[in-house]
Amino acid sequence: MSAKLFELTENPLSQDDILRRVSRFDCGGVVTFAGTVRGSTATGDGDRETDFLVYEAYVPMAEKMMARIGDEIRERWPLVKGVSILHRIGRCDIEEPTVLIAVATPHRDDGCFEACRYAIERLKEIVPIWKQENWRDGEVWVEGPRQPDLDVSTPNQAPT
Amino acid sequence: MKVRLVLFAGLRQAAGFKRETVSLPEDATVGDLLECRVPNLLGRTFYVAVNEEFAQRDTVLHDGDEVALLPPVSGGQAHPSRRGFPS
Repeated sequence: MSAKLFELTENPLSQDDILRRVSRFDCGGVVTFAGTVRGSTATGDGDRETDFLVYEAYVPMAEKMMARIGDEIRERWPLVKGVSILHRIGRCDIEEPTVLIAVATPHRDDGCFEACRYAIERLKEIVPIWKQENWRDGEVWVEGPRQPDLDVSTPNQAPT
Repeated sequence: MKVRLVLFAGLRQAAGFKRETVSLPEDATVGDLLECRVPNLLGRTFYVAVNEEFAQRDTVLHDGDEVALLPPVSGGQAHPSRRGFPS
């Protein structure tokens, strides 16, 4: 059985593992992106220290949306042969990878860099995964930027 | 009809529950469900999925649907000032 290309897991992520998932006989270029847990974030009030993150996901929908990103990539960059997105759930410690993305193409100019960038930005928009930031004396669920077309909290406004 | 309501992350915390089954009249919409079960959340920004697809407030529900309330996603977040992917 081959490994899943779009997966949420409680286990540590491995670059070697995701490389194997997209590796193909006809591909000579693979771009990978790793998102890792930042221990210190610069803010207007100085640095904010993080102890660890906890990720929660709507698992079936998240895997479905990650696969959709793969479909979108193949539409935009038809030379892309392989896409894999892996995301952690549960507790992640400082410097651990929380998300890995790999995109394989026959040659490096076939869109692998652009497609990989697209994948991480789209992930933030449509994949239902949330992080809880934990520090010494508290924790908070972090929310991403609002997308008006998806927001249902107030009645739909008539198009302007 | 009965639908299953599921909440995540900060919304789950604010509502104080994770999932429950809600009875609704036929032809009820997502908006009806929200007003009937989580009116206290309506001032917040969130998205709704019905059966794992993004839906709107006027989406009509059917018996057995799973309705998920989703805070704006924060997995794989870029710099806070960055907004979306340029299309």
